[in-house]
Order: sequence, then C-alpha cells, then structure tokens
Amino acid sequence: MSPGTGTTRTAEATTDGATAARGAGRSSVAGGGAPRATVLYDAPGPRARRRTLVGSIAATLVILGLLALVVRRLADAGQLSAERWGPLLDPSTEEFPQVWRLLGLGLRSTLTAAALAIVGSMVLGTLIGVARMMLPGRTRWPLVGFIELLRGLPVVIAIYFTSRVLPDVGVDVSGLPGADGLWYLVIALVAYNMVVIAEIVRSGVASLPRGQREAALSVGLTPGQTMRIVLLSQAFRVMLPALISQLVVILKDTSLAAVLGIYPELLNRANRIAQNLDNPIPMFITVGIIFIAINAALSRVAVVVERRVSRSTAHR
Amino acid sequence: MDAITENLGLFGRGYLLSLQLCLWGLAGSLVLGTVVAACRVSPVPPLRAFGTVWVGVVRNCPLTVVLFAFAFGLPEVGVNGSYWWLGIAALVVYTSAFVCEALRSGINAVPAGQAEAARAIGLTFTQSLRSVVLPQAFRSSVPPVGSVLIAMIKNSAVVGAFGVGRDLFSVGNSLTSAQGYAALPVLTGVAVGYLLLTLPAGGALAAVERKVAIAR
Repeated sequence: MSPGTGTTRTAEATTDGATAARGAGRSSVAGGGAPRATVLYDAPGPRARRRTLVGSIAATLVILGLLALVVRRLADAGQLSAERWGPLLDPSTEEFPQVWRLLGLGLRSTLTAAALAIVGSMVLGTLIGVARMMLPGRTRWPLVGFIELLRGLPVVIAIYFTSRVLPDVGVDVSGLPGADGLWYLVIALVAYNMVVIAEIVRSGVASLPRGQREAALSVGLTPGQTMRIVLLSQAFRVMLPALISQLVVILKDTSLAAVLGIYPELLNRANRIAQNLDNPIPMFITVGIIFIAINAALSRVAVVVERRVSRSTAHR
Repeated sequence: MDAITENLGLFGRGYLLSLQLCLWGLAGSLVLGTVVAACRVSPVPPLRAFGTVWVGVVRNCPLTVVLFAFAFGLPEVGVNGSYWWLGIAALVVYTSAFVCEALRSGINAVPAGQAEAARAIGLTFTQSLRSVVLPQAFRSSVPPVGSVLIAMIKNSAVVGAFGVGRDLFSVGNSLTSAQGYAALPVLTGVAVGYLLLTLPAGGALAAVERKVAIAR
C-alpha cells in the first residue's frame, strides 16, 4: 500500500472505531428531541412529523415484539429461572460470594494484563515511532517492514505464538512476578499495540505545525532535543484521545487469552464458572455488562479529553 | 521448514477455509452494518435509539465474549448450529457495529450545503439522496469501511482459534499439538497465511480508494 494512504488509514484503523466513537459523542450531544434537518433530510413539516410519529409507533411495536419473543424464548428454555441467575444476583445463595470472588479475581487479572500492556506498548511504541521519524531515508525501510508485518498479524495468532514459541526457544518468563500466561499475553499485546501506537505517535507529530520543528532547530536544539522537548510533548496532548481508545482495544483483547485458555482473566473464569453452574447465558451477559461498563466509561473519558484538547489547541 | 513443505496441502486448504470465513463475514457484516446504519440515521427516534444501543453494546464488548455467548449460550435456547455458523454469526454481529459507524462517518462527511443545494434546485427527497448525498457518502466511507473489514479478517482468526474446522489456525494447532511439529515453523506458516489475507486486502483497498477518492 502506498505510504500516503497508509498514514491516513492508520489513524482510523488503530483506534478501531475511535474516530467514529468521537463522532457519536458529538451527535448524541446535538441530537435528541425532535429530528432536525440533517444532510439526509430537511427539518420536518407537519405531514412529515405525522409520518414520523406513525413510524415511531410502528417501530416501537416491532422492537417490543422482538424483545418479547426473546424473553419468551429465554423463559421457555428456563434461562430466567432463579436457579440460573441466583448465583449472580441473589446474595443469599451459597454460590454468590464464591462466584463474585472468582469474577473479581478475573477482573483483576484482566486489568493487570491491560495495564502492563498499555505501559509497555506506549514506551516501545514511542521509541519505534521516533526511530521511524528520525532514521534517514532508506535505513527506515526494515523498520517499516517490521511495523507492517506486526500490524497485519491477528492478535490471537501473536498470543498463540508467544505462548507456544517462547518456551520452545528457551525464553523463560517464570522469573517474572505473576503467572507465565500473563507474560505471554502481555508480550503479544505489546508486540501488536506498540506498532499501532508508533503510528499514532507519528501522526500526532505530523499533525503539528511545521514551524514548531523549524523554530526549534533554528534556535540551536539538536534533532533529538527538538523531538523530545518540542514535538513529542505537544504531540502527546493531541494523541491522548487516540491513546485512551487504544486502551479500550487492549482491554478487549486481553479476553483473547480465554480462547487459548492460557491465563485466568475475566472471561476464562466466567467460562469455567458457567460450566460448573450450567448458566452460560446469565454468566456471559454479566461479563459483557462488566466490559461494556468499563469501556463505555473509557470512551467517555476519551470524548471529554478530546474536547478539552481541541479547545485548547484552537486558542493557540 | 519441513513442517511447512510437508504439509503444504493442509496449509493451502486451511487458507481457503479462512478465506471463506472472511467472505461470509464480509457479506454478512456489510448487510447488517448497513441496516443498523440506516436505523441510526433515520428520522424515527425508536430506530435511532435501537441503532445507538446496538453500536454501544456491541462495540464495547470483546469479540470473544460475543463468540462465547453465541457458541455456548444460543444452543441453550434451542438455536442449534455448528460452531462454524455460530462463529460467523458472532463475527458478523460484532463487525456490524463498526461497519455502521464507518458508514455513518461517511454520511457525516457530506457537507450540509450539498443537500441544501439539492433541495433548493427542487430535487425530491429520493432524488437528492440518490444522486447527491449517498454517492458522496459512499465514497468517503470507503477508507473507514475498508479498515474495518481488514480488522475483520484479523478477527476471523479468533473464530478460527475457537475451533470451527480445519482453517489456518486449527491446522497450526493440530500440527503443533497433536503431531508434535516444532511450534516456530508451523506458526510462522500460519502467520504468513494470515499476512497473505490482510496484505492483499490492504492493497486492494488502496486501489479502490484511489479510484473513488473525491478531489476536493
């Protein structure tokens, strides 16, 4: 792919829908209430409003009908019984404390892995991004190849790779604190996300006005000082929302370990509990809600940070 | 290297099956994503709410959770299917939220003045959508939809890892686990297989982008 399109796509691909997330944040502020004119349709007149009302009623009925079908189906299959939901919702059942203790442990493992992975990939990602920008001419080609290679690889393959190949080639992670699986997961997540963050860093620096670099060099700073003191420090502010969105991606990706069963994070724990208690539907709904709550909160933070950053840069 | 050369046929069949998985995912998520996007931008509030909830829920949930819920949960309520189809369904549902947002970003990229001008010269609602708004929206949503679809190719490996058949991942898994081949060469082969899916897709996408790019 050509470098030009590669760059623009990176910003979108890396955030895995983060750009869209920000757009969503804006429209939810502007929207609500009666439909206004958009690029798709004009502000409605009395007849269009009547049609919208009829459509609303019909749509509500259809959605409620579908919901009722789902609930009915769940009830018929005995999925709404106290026996299946009790261990998760009713503190008086004997399983309740045990189930939530295990889920808590799982959540802690998930957060540990995500935290280690984001710190590791930010440090290495910044180094790689800076190296890519500062290496002269063709010497950066091997690095670009390396970045494209790691970016094209599915994360689940990377995790499988680290968990199977690292022990084979004699890389011993047992000296590190925490389970072996944790480090295989973290190494794989860092390997993938560091190149993503390297591209975020690069596009962050590229978004700065050219005069910043020229001015820094002309007052006698070395290229290294220019990068560190002038460019990176400003770029990080611009990049903050994208970095937070990447944290959401990392948090979601920790659960890939459950597919391979190498690390007892939240989904892995939940799956084992569900097998014991025979309640997969309530269990996965609960785990889904936990993930959604954390990620929605993080996305919200990203939206707020972005608004502040764009406001402060607008005044510059 | 023997591990790869001896099993080239297996790898080839695994590659084709992974490709099939991707194509089903591609078709399904484009259709479902378009439907959800249509709901999200419609003037009917309940449909908009449905689209918003769908995107908010699906996008913040890891694919693995969706996959586990589909594969282990749906059979409990009498929806039976092979892991292959349940896996594809999970992939489609997950990707649809991202496709929806990519399409919506394309619609938002059309300047409002375009639609206003279309109305001002007397085009009807359908005419302005068909000949002014949607063609432009489609063009600007090509890059984001493309990157979503490339991400989907990579996500299809998760469905493969879940064990849906003899796709690339399963081939690698069975060669290393059951047949005792060394992990490094086999998994390198698997990785190359996936790169042979994602890199051409990236190239094709770049070509399509050049073709539909709007010169502003």
